[in-house]
Amino acid sequence: MASTTIPEAPAENGTPGPGRARRARPRGRPKLSRAALPYILLAPAILLELLVHIIPMIVGIVMSFLKLTQFHIRHWTSAPGAGFDNYRLAVDFDGPIGRQLLDSFWVTVMFTVLVVGISWFLGMAGAILMQGAFRGRGILRALFLVPYALPVYTGVITFGFMFQRDTGLVNHVLVDQLHLMSDRPFWLIGGNSFWAMVVTAVWRTWPFAFLCLMAALQNIPRDVYEAAALDGAGVWQQIRRITLPMAAPVNRVVVLVLFLWTFNDFNTPYVLFGKSAPEEADLISIHIYQNSFVTWNFGTGSAMSVLLLLFLMAVTAVYLAFVRRKEKSDA
Amino acid sequence: MRVRRVVPALALTLSAFALAACGSSGDESESGASGTPKPGSTITYWASNQGTSIEHDKQVLQPELDKFTQKTGIKVDLEVVPWSDLLNRILAATSSGKGPDVLNIGNTWSASLQATGAFVPVDDGLLAKVGGKDRFLPTPYAATGAEGKPPVGLPIYSAGYGLYYNKKMFAAAGLKPPATWEEMAETGKKLTGDGRWGLALEGASYTEGVHNAYILAKQYGADVFTKDGKPDFTSPGMVQGVKRYVELMSKDKIVNPSNAEYGQGTQALKDFATGKSAMLMWQASQGSLVSNGMNPDDIGVAPVPFPAAPPAGAPHVNSMVGGINISVFKDSDNKAGAAEFVAFMTSAEEQTILNKAYGSLPSVKDAYGDPAFQTENVKVFQKILAETATPMPQVAAESQFETLVGTAVKDLIADAASGKAVTDESVKSRLKEAQDKMAAAG
Repeated sequence: MASTTIPEAPAENGTPGPGRARRARPRGRPKLSRAALPYILLAPAILLELLVHIIPMIVGIVMSFLKLTQFHIRHWTSAPGAGFDNYRLAVDFDGPIGRQLLDSFWVTVMFTVLVVGISWFLGMAGAILMQGAFRGRGILRALFLVPYALPVYTGVITFGFMFQRDTGLVNHVLVDQLHLMSDRPFWLIGGNSFWAMVVTAVWRTWPFAFLCLMAALQNIPRDVYEAAALDGAGVWQQIRRITLPMAAPVNRVVVLVLFLWTFNDFNTPYVLFGKSAPEEADLISIHIYQNSFVTWNFGTGSAMSVLLLLFLMAVTAVYLAFVRRKEKSDA
Repeated sequence: MRVRRVVPALALTLSAFALAACGSSGDESESGASGTPKPGSTITYWASNQGTSIEHDKQVLQPELDKFTQKTGIKVDLEVVPWSDLLNRILAATSSGKGPDVLNIGNTWSASLQATGAFVPVDDGLLAKVGGKDRFLPTPYAATGAEGKPPVGLPIYSAGYGLYYNKKMFAAAGLKPPATWEEMAETGKKLTGDGRWGLALEGASYTEGVHNAYILAKQYGADVFTKDGKPDFTSPGMVQGVKRYVELMSKDKIVNPSNAEYGQGTQALKDFATGKSAMLMWQASQGSLVSNGMNPDDIGVAPVPFPAAPPAGAPHVNSMVGGINISVFKDSDNKAGAAEFVAFMTSAEEQTILNKAYGSLPSVKDAYGDPAFQTENVKVFQKILAETATPMPQVAAESQFETLVGTAVKDLIADAASGKAVTDESVKSRLKEAQDKMAAAG
């Protein structure tokens, strides 16, 4: 819901100045219409917000309390209630469904930590290096953004080809060229599939961090660095004492957005592995997809989605509270 | 932005479901194929992707649809839906009530889709219109819904699994296509070497995995589902059958371990067509093999092997009944026109033209007179389909079965490829997991 921030009507505009009073001709109800105007103007936005975000969410929540299988999707409102059964199934970590959901959750946590960490680091490093003027900077900047501009499918399927065991570029370089390994490893099945997925996701994600952080760094006045340099601060000190603190507000947003995107990443595993990912790379969104669409169990899938939603909301709330407190203490 | 991304996969259906609340209030009492079709009316047809591309399908179908319009005055809006989308599209149409009038479905989905109640059952009126049940080959006709319930479609394209082999390689090595799994191992070993492998498998494709596992399980006497429709995946026959399949890679070593990555549905076929493997268990695909560069004279087909010593009572089967059915959507407002179209598509003439174009087999007996279906290779498939093919389980939970068991097989092949031992226990524990998940989701 963060996408549509509803602007509050600024209070000052409401004070009727002499000029405005004169213009308001229909004498009987000037006060009422003025009070209603902001709401009337907002109504379409609110309506669309309801339609696009809120109602589907509520539908999803309702579905999570239904026993919704192929027998009922035609008239899903008549599906029998399941109470908390779907949730019980999802969090019963001794049962097969709950245990796999938990495994998938931990895989996703590991994946998110790695991808967000590495992407942020690469983005920050890239942004800092791109601050100084040098020949070819524009080209390099544009080049860095290519993964972000490329359609997801195209980028990821290319990685899929590169990771193939017999004909892939990765094994060709590692085994045929560098002779680092005698046996060709698998990258798309087994434990390596996790790392293949991390590499692909980092490649796709870091340009976004780079883009945002570069914009943030450009807002830092040059003379602050010059003053610091005069006072004898080296490059590391400049980064630590000027760049990082001054980019902090942007950083907070970037990390949050990267976290949410990565935790929900569906495209990367789907394109890399198809409808069922290897256990080691079974991210939560593809796991939920498999549990609802592919096995026609929409109630269970919805319950898992709602749990995921709650988890992400909780993390976001804690993160924002933490950041806000830090902001206050810094101020 | 935040919330919208939280439930990415579900978002689409959610909106479809939201629409469903207002959508599917259509008239339920309306009966199937009665009424007279109105000339000038239009029907929408979702065709599955049978050819080498969507474009190819359009080229094949459009002239036939024009013929239909000329005959009946009914226009047909054609959309060819790729396989990756077809089931999702059908489910969305089912939940929203907004869909095509006529559509193709994979015949293994028949019972699952039958359970949704979204398709018009084939009644006596429609059967009379298409010339009666006896026109159809019995095995494809059996794959149109659960036993004892009126079918929800009629077969239009049929296929079975055969063992493709490279005649040139076999002749050079002085070999004959294997008839048993034991011979398969021996033959395969003789053909493996110098970068060539005995057999190619689509190891990461769960549909290929489940089809093969199902056939082998049947050969070793498993029932897969109990009489009352409960999953029974851990019976000795099932374990033995699945293990036999995986052992082609792990024990016989006639399959390239890299095949465990093959999941796009065409990679094993390409390996065979380009001579990287000598055999391939596949549904009829002469056309694709040739378009991938194989010399038609080198393409040989034999029945998929049987166990040398099958357990008593195990059925003599070596193929599932593959194929496509044509169904009428219950929310269609032109059911009479739709029925007319189904009759047209199952006519001997269209069956001949279309199955010839796609390299599949006609589902009706009266289309086999055409010389195109009298070639040696087609006759092998025809015999398999008529005598030793069995439909996938026609139970409502079939799609869950395909996903869960197919994934188990895929994981086992991945284990085998990475050198992990494949034992009775490891096979059984994967299958047990699939069964538990199915039972829990019930």
